[in-house]
Amino acid sequence: MSKPIIATTSLAGCFGCHMSLLDIDERILDLIELVEFNKSPIDDIKTFTKQCDIGIIEGGCCNSENVHVLKDFRKNCKTLVVIGECAIMGGLPAMRNNNAPISECLEEAYLNCVSVQANEEKIIPNDEELPMILDRVYPCHEIVKIDYFLPGCAPRADLIWNALVALVTGNEMDLPYEVIKFD
Amino acid sequence: MSKILVNINGVDYSAESGKMVLKVANENGIYIPTLCHFEGIKPQGSCRVCTCKIDGRNMTACTTPASHRMVVVTDTAELEKIRATIIELLFAEGNHFCPACERSGNCELQALAYRYKMMVPQFPYLFPAKDLDAKNPKIMIDHNRCILCKRCIRRKLEPDNPSWFVFKNRGNKTQINLDHELTADFDDELAQKAMDTCPVGAIIRKEKGFDVPIGERKYDKNPIGSDIENKGVTS
Repeated sequence: MSKPIIATTSLAGCFGCHMSLLDIDERILDLIELVEFNKSPIDDIKTFTKQCDIGIIEGGCCNSENVHVLKDFRKNCKTLVVIGECAIMGGLPAMRNNNAPISECLEEAYLNCVSVQANEEKIIPNDEELPMILDRVYPCHEIVKIDYFLPGCAPRADLIWNALVALVTGNEMDLPYEVIKFD
Repeated sequence: MSKILVNINGVDYSAESGKMVLKVANENGIYIPTLCHFEGIKPQGSCRVCTCKIDGRNMTACTTPASHRMVVVTDTAELEKIRATIIELLFAEGNHFCPACERSGNCELQALAYRYKMMVPQFPYLFPAKDLDAKNPKIMIDHNRCILCKRCIRRKLEPDNPSWFVFKNRGNKTQINLDHELTADFDDELAQKAMDTCPVGAIIRKEKGFDVPIGERKYDKNPIGSDIENKGVTS
């Protein structure tokens, strides 16, 4: 049997969840034995070269590029696992969902904020090369169907490891109390 | 008070007549999850998390007085499902950003979600528009995190004074409101008391927070209710 293929990506996240994935320490050597990586920042493969078994998503969707990548993952991966609070509920980027319209957020960030010093022409970035910012931050499962959710900020390395082992071996997942945390 | 027999999960326990089912269970080492209940104040039964099968009906354990030969079941799959669903609803209808919350790790709502192994709420997040009230010099009220349990309103922080908190508006616009005139001279002790009354991070002391490292906070290692389950029978 060929090795299961894994793809990973970070959408509107901080790469903390990927750091947590690396936090499995020496078990990463076992992981390399167990699986093959495709599109992922870990091996720097930029586009899918084949159909994958497991897609791991970090971060929610805050712009059109995030949505595009997420849909691409759904198309190319049999099982999608979202990791981290941002992917599950938008996380800290979703704090802008609460009150302010997007125009207000951009004005605060580029014009009005106390730390803005060098924007004399009062430019808010709006090049067509840039992905379009969405009206609010969307959790991944509001865009495509997600199969599994692993909470945490970042999810504990053991939680990610246990989930991956369960998915690869087909056994039930080991879920001790200490690994499910939202922070 | 006269002694009665109450059957909880198939075992007969002796209890004082009129004591609430929740208290009888807790005293005998049986944990029933609660959110709006706070030791020492009159129970209200609004969060429904303590729902148990009492004499065949779903009733809140915190507001139902125990009676002789009452049959209580606290942990069927159906009840656990009801409780987990209530927790999920609360997470979906507020703005609970746990990673940025001072109360994370000591929060009762979060601890219940851990206990029920909530990975994601089954309901869509509402992201309601809510704001902060930081006018008081000692405490801050974050309406995003409030679950409207009314504990801060029901508990008198000082015996002689009325509550300094009130409900404002109705329906899904309801929010807690602080009397700013009466609480202008809040000291640290009262502020701490107010914060401890809140099950979530809606009432937060200013200039305080994140002082216990991750891994050592109240619910990092031990699930909520494990103290009750571990201490066994007390009376």
